[in-house]
Amino acid sequence: MKVTMTVNGRARTFDVEPNRLLLNLLREDLDLTGAKYGCGMGECGACTVLLDGEPVMACMTLAVDCEGATIETVEGLSSGEALHPIQEAFIEEGAVQCGFCTPGFIMATKALLGESPEPTEPEIREYLKGNICRCTGYVNIVKAVQRAAEALR
Amino acid sequence: MSAINRQNTHIIPVDFQYHQPETVGEAVKLLEAHPDAKPIAGGTDLVPKMKQRLLEPGHLVNLKRIRELQGVEDRGGEVYIGAATKLRAVERSETVQRRLPLLYSCVRSIGSVQIRNMGTLGGNVCNASPAADGALGLVALDATVQVAGPGGTRTVKAGDFFAGPGKTVLGRGELVTGFTVPVPGPDVGTCFISVGRTALDISTISIAVALRMKGGAVQEARVALGSVAPTPLRLPEVENWLKGRELDEATVREAAGMVSGGIKPITDIRGTAEYRREAARGMAMEALTRAGGLEGRSQG
Repeated sequence: MKVTMTVNGRARTFDVEPNRLLLNLLREDLDLTGAKYGCGMGECGACTVLLDGEPVMACMTLAVDCEGATIETVEGLSSGEALHPIQEAFIEEGAVQCGFCTPGFIMATKALLGESPEPTEPEIREYLKGNICRCTGYVNIVKAVQRAAEALR
Repeated sequence: MSAINRQNTHIIPVDFQYHQPETVGEAVKLLEAHPDAKPIAGGTDLVPKMKQRLLEPGHLVNLKRIRELQGVEDRGGEVYIGAATKLRAVERSETVQRRLPLLYSCVRSIGSVQIRNMGTLGGNVCNASPAADGALGLVALDATVQVAGPGGTRTVKAGDFFAGPGKTVLGRGELVTGFTVPVPGPDVGTCFISVGRTALDISTISIAVALRMKGGAVQEARVALGSVAPTPLRLPEVENWLKGRELDEATVREAAGMVSGGIKPITDIRGTAEYRREAARGMAMEALTRAGGLEGRSQG
């Protein structure tokens, strides 16, 4: 089936089988390997991308269902060598260890800060509860989100 | 975890034809024509099941392009919610926040932001999980399920919609188009509580209570629990017993005992039957206290 979507600002048309998942399309056809395959069941958030500005699980999204959609992945955040303030904040606060969960956290954070520019810590923890990190223990991630919020204000 | 790792795959190992109807009529025709068809909206339950080959439908009928299945509408005495309305849209609706705070709490408790951006209220109900918090809210609010099918439309009370775990009363070719939720009056207090192992986990047990009060007495009660029976469970014995009684600490305690005895829990991976009976007692006490506006008094 033909499907056209905008990925990181570029219109793309694909010919896909109906059972093709958005995550595999991004990773395999476009080499956008930022979004990760973690649990495959919507529990870990490692595959989080923004679909029309809202965070979703790419590992459970049918590519054919993305007709006309705008998709943003972590690769779309930086401009050349200049990182996005959220990426900078994650580095500054040591919110990255193995890095596997980071693209998902960063995309969820982008959506959070778009909705709520000054989130409280409970709001941050509530919004990011769909993203699991097995290294950092979340403290530095929360700090990074707060730092990014300040930078973006 | 080991069970997930054993069965899960990167891909959907099932081939199916994909249909994108734009009207309810077309969707009904497709579902009727293909006995191995499944409707899909958010896909948050269906896709993992297909990944594990627990379901292998030959056809998927996407309901999200059907405009009449979308949106929240304030109709005065009731609120209408289209079945394919995303959970996040239900939660963000000012109408729901203001007029149906119980349903708002129930929907907020489902999954994560990502899950609620994908999943729909109709999907939460039609998957017929006894743990579905959205379904529980609709049962406690005595909502009506709107159904369309080959024979036309019909309505079913939310409390009568479930036939067992994963089973509903929907017949072949039928689909849920929306929910009509009566708006509780200003004399109604509501409360939803759920207990889960972790933030994101499915509820181990949940309770939703609505009490219409006059003075300190209960005029009408609705008590519904999730994850304590094969379907979301209402407890008419407790509701009838509460009717007309002064709501004080002793009444709350006795009603909570009836809740604990009236549920039919099983032992599963999320908790034992014994745990659920004890948890139900404490949760019922808290929910009745809060819905009945006793909080200040009982804590004082």
